Amino acid sequence: MKILVSAKRVSDPNAKLSISGDRRWIEGDVEYVMNYFCENAIECALQLAEEHGDIETIALGIGESDETARFIRQGALARGIDRGILVVADEQTTDSDLIARIYAAVVEREQPDLVLIGKQAVDGDSNQVGQLLAEYLGWPQATFASKLERDGDQLVVTREVDGGLETLALSLPCVVTADLRLNEPRFAPLAGIMKAKKKPLEELELSDLELDDAQPKVRIVHMSAPAGRKAGMIVKDVEDLIAKLRGEARVL
Amino acid sequence: MSKVLVIADHDHGVLKKLTLNTVAFAGHYAEKTAGSFDIAVIGHGVAGVAQAVTSYGAAAVHLVDHPDLAHPLAGPWAKVIADLATAIGADVVCMSASSIGKDVLPRVAVRLQAGMASDVVEIVTTSEGLAFRRPMWAGNLMGDVIISSPTKVVSVRSAAFDAVALGAGSSPIVASSAHPDAAGARVHFVSFDGTASSRPDLAEASVVVSGGRGLKDRFNSVMEPLADILGAAIGASRAAVDDGYAPNDYQVGQTGKVVAPQLYFAVAISGAVQHLAGMKNSKVIVAINKNADEPIFKVADYGLVADAFVAVPELVSKIKLLRA
Ligand SMILES: Cc1cc2nc3c(=O)[nH]c(=O)nc-3n(C[C@H](O)[C@H](O)[C@H](O)COP(=O)(O)OP(=O)(O)OC[C@H]3O[C@@H](n4cnc5c(N)ncnc54)[C@H](O)[C@@H]3O)c2cc1C
Repeated sequence: MKILVSAKRVSDPNAKLSISGDRRWIEGDVEYVMNYFCENAIECALQLAEEHGDIETIALGIGESDETARFIRQGALARGIDRGILVVADEQTTDSDLIARIYAAVVEREQPDLVLIGKQAVDGDSNQVGQLLAEYLGWPQATFASKLERDGDQLVVTREVDGGLETLALSLPCVVTADLRLNEPRFAPLAGIMKAKKKPLEELELSDLELDDAQPKVRIVHMSAPAGRKAGMIVKDVEDLIAKLRGEARVL
Repeated sequence: MSKVLVIADHDHGVLKKLTLNTVAFAGHYAEKTAGSFDIAVIGHGVAGVAQAVTSYGAAAVHLVDHPDLAHPLAGPWAKVIADLATAIGADVVCMSASSIGKDVLPRVAVRLQAGMASDVVEIVTTSEGLAFRRPMWAGNLMGDVIISSPTKVVSVRSAAFDAVALGAGSSPIVASSAHPDAAGARVHFVSFDGTASSRPDLAEASVVVSGGRGLKDRFNSVMEPLADILGAAIGASRAAVDDGYAPNDYQVGQTGKVVAPQLYFAVAISGAVQHLAGMKNSKVIVAINKNADEPIFKVADYGLVADAFVAVPELVSKIKLLRA
């Protein structure tokens, strides 16, 4: 069995962001981290491999060459993923649809049985790639997974949905998108970091993938800061809080 | 002239109010493009839902009723939505960013060769045409995006659009011939473990009271009386859900529900960016936290620095007295 997992870097969500001069992206000394949901996808692949054996795991990263390669090695290969594929692309202008088409082209080359993708990237927050990919491939999907079990060539996946938890049974090949409660991602062991340096990492250009068209369908034309809230007040006690909520706020 | 297709949200035959927020989005878009909108109701045994949406200004209400659509599986739903959109010549397909909307809409986009914008909060006019404004980076930045494909798919953040009011007109109900593929599906619904609650829906409530990790295993005993007295829905931080004090669908935030009620209580919640992403557009925010330095106080209109185990019961009994 072969599993393809996502390894996307994102700017550190806790860092202060500034908008670039042309107001179409962010700029400055941005610190990057592995997208949290990709960490869950990677962990899930590793656990399946440990549990069932005979599973090859491959991490796919899309982005600028050196930086993305570093994240594939440190975030995925060092944790135990067998090998990496880097597709060099401009992170600012690739939309979810183009990312999904890149994934589909890699699936075409690698023929994995399962694609595990983080349910969303915490920069763009679009929550689309796994679903888009599943449709491009004509595969079933289970999004927002918080539990996954393999039973032969079936997966039983529990999903976090509005109103509770839903369980689906899927036959392979399929796409699963990982939610945060799927597992506790491991840290890369020191030995893993050493080993990662020697693991294969294939670098591909967009042109190697022979996409019909490499244009995005969605582009950012303007970025702005959200409307801020005006500073509130600290109330003295419960009595005071009730008075404010009944009086000026008129919500009680 | 545009044609917008709204996919109704319903819970096995009961209309969800957030559909009316999506209709508001569709109405705005139609108005800006001198167009009109239709509503589609998809499922099995959902004629009642179609009937329930006939008085909100839609040019037509399409009913796609089929046994294989009873459960909202993304593949079959996407197929019928895309087929219907093509049949009526829709150039925008939208649904709320509910868990079904998020699951299904991207597949619709692929079928229609459309670009998709997620979680749209506003339609903005730019020199390059109409753009969709959407939160990015957990709502710390807003991006205006232009979709260049002829057909566009949008998931709508319901909290950003006021629900449309019931109108006088009566939209005709059209039975659609769209149908799912008969071919053997490779995915099956197994079970649903619902969070039983008699309280208002979190995404629709006008008062939401959320509790955090600080409440520990007293989460319910602190939050339920407060929700009862305010007629509120209960929400939670991710940490409270992770630690098992609250069910998953209570989670408010970047990866949970996004709410914008008239009144929001954050009790023993620190105010991490990911939590703020789900509630900072609430009308009035109250924070109760024992640590005065927490970031939640930066967004709260009214902050009370106190031990929640003492302050919340006191608040409940004082409100009770007022109402007695
Ligand atoms: C990718 C990603 C997505 C995330 N998505 C979400 C999301 O959707 N929603 C979300 O909420 N979080 C989300 N988080 C987690 C978020 O970063 C925080 O960890 C979480 O919100 C913290 O929850 P909390 O405030 O309950 O817990 P803590 O940060 O531990 O805060 C507990 C608070 O309780 C207070 N307290 C303790 N005891 C009392 C008492 N007796 N009385 C009064 N106050 C008390 C403390 O002062 C403290 O402020 C996400 C994180 C990541 C990485």
